[in-house]
Amino acid sequence: MRIPPKPLSRRGLFTGTLSSAALLAAGGVLAGCGTRAATQTEEGCTSEDRSATEKKLAFANWPQYMDVEESDPSKRPTLDAFVARTGIQVTYTEDINDNNEFFGKVQNQLASCQSIDRDIIVLSDWMSARMIRLGWIQKLDPAKVPNVTANLLPSLLNRSFDPENRIAVPWQAGLAGLAYNGTVTREIRTVDELLTRPDLKGRVTALSEMRDTIGLLLQSNGHDPANFTTAQFDDALAKLKRAVDSGQIRRFTGNDYAPELARGDIAACVAWSGDVIQLSGEDEKIRFVSPESGVLLYSDNMMVPNKATHRGNAEALINYYYEPAVAARLAAYVNYICPVKGAQAEMEKIDPALAANPLIFPGEDLLRRATVFMALDEKQEREYESRFQQVIGA
Amino acid sequence: MTALAPVPAPSGQAAEAPPPPRRGRHRLLPYLLLLPGAAWLGVFFAAPMLQLGAASLYDPGGSLSTGYVLTWAFGNYPAAVQAYWPQFARAFGYAGIALVLALLTGYPLAYAIAQKAGRWKNLLLVCVVAPMFTSFLVRTLAWKTILSDNGALVGLLRDVHLLGPDGRLLATPVAVVLGLTYNFLPFLVLPLYASLERLDRRLLEAAGDLYASGVQTFRRVTLPLSMPGLTAGTLLFFIPATGDYINAELLGTPNEYMIGNVIDSAFLVRLDYPQGAALSFLLMAAILALVFGYLRRAGTEEVPR
Repeated sequence: MRIPPKPLSRRGLFTGTLSSAALLAAGGVLAGCGTRAATQTEEGCTSEDRSATEKKLAFANWPQYMDVEESDPSKRPTLDAFVARTGIQVTYTEDINDNNEFFGKVQNQLASCQSIDRDIIVLSDWMSARMIRLGWIQKLDPAKVPNVTANLLPSLLNRSFDPENRIAVPWQAGLAGLAYNGTVTREIRTVDELLTRPDLKGRVTALSEMRDTIGLLLQSNGHDPANFTTAQFDDALAKLKRAVDSGQIRRFTGNDYAPELARGDIAACVAWSGDVIQLSGEDEKIRFVSPESGVLLYSDNMMVPNKATHRGNAEALINYYYEPAVAARLAAYVNYICPVKGAQAEMEKIDPALAANPLIFPGEDLLRRATVFMALDEKQEREYESRFQQVIGA
Repeated sequence: MTALAPVPAPSGQAAEAPPPPRRGRHRLLPYLLLLPGAAWLGVFFAAPMLQLGAASLYDPGGSLSTGYVLTWAFGNYPAAVQAYWPQFARAFGYAGIALVLALLTGYPLAYAIAQKAGRWKNLLLVCVVAPMFTSFLVRTLAWKTILSDNGALVGLLRDVHLLGPDGRLLATPVAVVLGLTYNFLPFLVLPLYASLERLDRRLLEAAGDLYASGVQTFRRVTLPLSMPGLTAGTLLFFIPATGDYINAELLGTPNEYMIGNVIDSAFLVRLDYPQGAALSFLLMAAILALVFGYLRRAGTEEVPR
């Protein structure tokens, strides 16, 4: 009698599949050992500029960071005016929600010198510093952006990651300071009050953005966030740890502290000025506080990444937004600190109340206290960030 | 397995002479059918896993700007455990407590819907599933409002002195466990419902006829018959709950952070890929070990022994 072929059993199938997968896996391990350096050089990764023939520009920005018409949110007055004036078709996308997330999204392309299909990206200064350090950003031609040279706010000039002011141009700026909800607590003036006042215990949040939280603590210790030592960092971190261990600090937040502050779940916090202006528009008991010891000045910067093919068009747009009249219209909508000199005078014509708002046009006194956090090299960044993350629990 | 008695084939010739080429196709057919799924798994699961496994053995001294070298740095694993074992323990602890809470609420719920709901059955099922139509994130954010310090729930608990005058729910382990329980409950209830719904009521009547009490009937009839659903539901609940980081992030504080939060920050904030990869693998290994152990005890045939 003929022996029937052995039917395929479930186990046979399972082991067969597993072993072929294992084979495939072993091959893969041999194929890819490690990763290549992500750093690019100007000579190694050159970009072509097709602006002369292609009137196009892809502009990636954060949500609610561009003025829109109240009656029709799809119309963006300042941007539409730019398109009408120059004939450059701008594809505007709001696809940046978080510096780290966006970095994760584009890092593979930029690390291997490929296009990310965006001509302008807007990222916070510390992330700009990282990308510049990695050599992922194109330099601008100062002759093409005369308005920037003429009108950039002096506090934002010659920052350590962009000493020549030709690679990262501030879109908007803001302050990191303190905020409190006057309905649930009395006024707060200093960082030390925030970290130790007994009636605030468990009702305080700080920002998970290391530079802002540690920067304020450094200032409260009398140190300078723009230039500090590891020992000074340690002091600030130890101070923060005491507040975490004692239960004073409830948690560390991104933008999400805003609704909690509005509800009164948190009484006081480390906050960004732009968020607080919006909150106090709805509830005037919510106040932003700039401690005497100092505040942090941060900015979000327009940059042209490697392999973006419309640098010339990007320069035209950057230059356009540094016209005081345009900057004032934008600032009237987004309510962050306007980085453009002369916009305050233009704002008088649009809305005198906003022109007098120190959180949009900070006076000399406030700007003197405002510091930009020191640019860190990769080793420092990783060390400081890891130790900060240990304290905040992640 | 059902043992089949060797039944003599009614028509010998038909069974004995299938044309040979057809038989060859038959043997290949399962593999051909597997091909799309296997290819999908290979590209989207096996290859990334491999990449992750290699990343976990990179030289921890490497960096993004200088690149990483595969140095088979197995030391990444003990180092990761040493630095983050509390978050590991928390992940399994919270998920475990949440699982117990979910079983206590989910089993009666599934039983009621399957056996007692009558014409309300479909409506109740929709009620279980409906929250899943909104985003996970939105549901968790809604819990922030419900558990808010100045909200009605906390006010009530303070009034009945279950919470002190300054007591709170938000930003405590209680909130995180509640969030986990709520968010993954449907994954437990639906498989349970499916097996309880098929429960033959005559078996329950028979148990009654044999003088079994209600408790005995449940223990000897209902529970064993619902085991497949219970096993599947428990796994579907526990696995994602352990790796979750949204609940700890939104409802908890750094003191409640679970291993998922650490992995998130290792990859996105600290850019420590070797450590993030090592932690991911450890989490996966721990979950797999638990699942296999559990399935062996629960006694299904699906696990090769």
